[in-house]
Amino acid sequence: MSSLKVIHAFYNDDEILLDAVKTVKAAHHHIDEVFCPFPVHGLDKAMGLAPTRIAITAFMYGITGLSVAIWMTNYMMIQDWPQDIGGKPSFSWFENMPAFVPIMFELTVFFAAHLMVITFYMRSKIWPFRKAENPDPRTTDDHFLMEIPVHNNEEELTALLVKTGAVEINVVEKH
Amino acid sequence: MSHYEASIREPLILGDKNYHDITEDIVKPIEGKANKHWYMAFYISLAAMLWGFGCIFYTVGTGIGVWGLSKNIGWAWDITNFVWWVGIGHAGTLISAVLLLFRQKWRMAINRSAEAMTIFAVFQAGLFPIIHMGRPWNAYWVLPIPNQFGSLWVNFNSPLLWDVFAISTYLSVSLVFWWTGLLPDFAMIRDRAVKPFQKKIYSLLSFGWSGRAKDWQRFEEVSLVLAGLATPLVLSVHTIVSMDFATSINPGWHSTIFPPYFVAGAIFSGFAMVQTLLGIMRKVTNMEDYITRMHIEYMNIVIILTGGIVAVAYATEFFIAWYTGSPYENYTYLSVGAATGPYSWAFWSLMIFNIMIPQLLWIKKFRRSFIVSFIISIAINIGMWFERFDIIAIVLSKGHLPSTWWRFEPTFVDVGIFIGTIGFFFVLFLLYARTFPVIAQAEVKTILKSSGEFYKKRSAQGIATKPAINIAGNVVINDKSDKKDIE
Repeated sequence: MSSLKVIHAFYNDDEILLDAVKTVKAAHHHIDEVFCPFPVHGLDKAMGLAPTRIAITAFMYGITGLSVAIWMTNYMMIQDWPQDIGGKPSFSWFENMPAFVPIMFELTVFFAAHLMVITFYMRSKIWPFRKAENPDPRTTDDHFLMEIPVHNNEEELTALLVKTGAVEINVVEKH
Repeated sequence: MSHYEASIREPLILGDKNYHDITEDIVKPIEGKANKHWYMAFYISLAAMLWGFGCIFYTVGTGIGVWGLSKNIGWAWDITNFVWWVGIGHAGTLISAVLLLFRQKWRMAINRSAEAMTIFAVFQAGLFPIIHMGRPWNAYWVLPIPNQFGSLWVNFNSPLLWDVFAISTYLSVSLVFWWTGLLPDFAMIRDRAVKPFQKKIYSLLSFGWSGRAKDWQRFEEVSLVLAGLATPLVLSVHTIVSMDFATSINPGWHSTIFPPYFVAGAIFSGFAMVQTLLGIMRKVTNMEDYITRMHIEYMNIVIILTGGIVAVAYATEFFIAWYTGSPYENYTYLSVGAATGPYSWAFWSLMIFNIMIPQLLWIKKFRRSFIVSFIISIAINIGMWFERFDIIAIVLSKGHLPSTWWRFEPTFVDVGIFIGTIGFFFVLFLLYARTFPVIAQAEVKTILKSSGEFYKKRSAQGIATKPAINIAGNVVINDKSDKKDIE
């Protein structure tokens, strides 16, 4: 892997950062990454990030949970071992269904919530024993870091970033 | 413009603070040393917990005959405590989920602790049905797996089994919701930790959170969807708990208003417990600037509302019991029989603690007073315990067959286990307050400019929240600090 030169520009205010991102994008520079201590509204749009599809996965997981609940109650209570409990009908799933509504609801939520969070962890690569990759410890406190790849335009980029209100600018080798 | 809020709204973060000050305030209790009061509270709680565990071992070793139960009153303190703890566990997820959907900014200072409280309370709740089984090592029989006698399955028609599903879903989803919100805060502690051991622990806990823009985008979406899922979940849990009673045919339990009435009662008791805990915590951890009078008042308003619903439910039950003219209804927990019978002390405790005392909160001065809120919250905790005790013990004490009438009296084991769970709860909460960021600092930082006192004052004077850019000098360029060389 050849090493790549990147600029790390630090900001200490969310609104200045947001404007800076817009300026840098307007000057047709590619922004590799922005590290933030807290969510900045509108940053994803300004950076041109695609909207996340994680809510759609949650819906599909929910449908899966509902199906599992229907299959499970039908198999256990109707097919495999039908029982007469308090005279409630056990001949068909549909007749017994009102008693299964709580289970269907809970399993829908269970599947949707847990599988969505697992998807989030996998997609964002966060799990126990994973090493953090934010380049500077201040980015979880009060600083915002913009990472821009350098293609022989170090001077030009630095000048632009100074103008946007960066408080610190470093050119580093990324491995 | 993105940070505008009407100036007549009171600030939610007091003092002249910037983002870094918030970080400092929130890590202070974690990086500092515990004081004498903390140790005192911890040892008392620990002693109570160990006493409770002793009583649990005694129960399991000897059998649940050591409790004050009889054939007629087959569950009393244990299920009272179970419902009480589950009810307390309702405020946390309500605050973080429902109030998120309603975009209530004040939830951000209290959601972390309220959720911690929820999780710890549900732990305590879960203990009771398991001990009540008498053979807790067979507790896995409630899971939908074929047993060893053949493929006899669990009974999905039973509200007790619905409870198993509801509470395990609630506990696990609340835990995941809480932990996901904790990741950026653990990352903040990790990045400033100096002791290697502390750094290691918080690295592990933070799951390697880096705070990329994409991560935050997903984080916000996940929080929103989880809130959407958790909102009906909160309501479902106590609905299903109420069905443990409502689907039976006992007079006093067989009531269609139980689900909404129980849910309101649960939120009522949950907020009361949040008031109790935060009343102490804001002092002990110096969070007075974040948990303000405004927060206390908002919570008290929720308490008035849900307490009002509970009061109306009591009145309805009482009226219907009287209006039926049925003699059996006169044995229910809300009836003339209960108010004048052998359990009148329990009946009147319920009325005084749950209905009368909370009405003081209509007075604005009391609603905004920390000490009055604290005292009223304790009264509600007691009142809500009596509600469940009354529902269970009074109703069961007089059945249809007078020869089975029985008065429940708790043994020292009943009392011991209850005290034990209170101890266990406080042990967990005290440990949490020393090691976890007790306020969701990443979220609080997002509202600093709109709801912080400093910025609100400036906005009122027409000064923009965005600081002016100072281009002339003081930009550090390529002056790498040694921290970055290690990386």
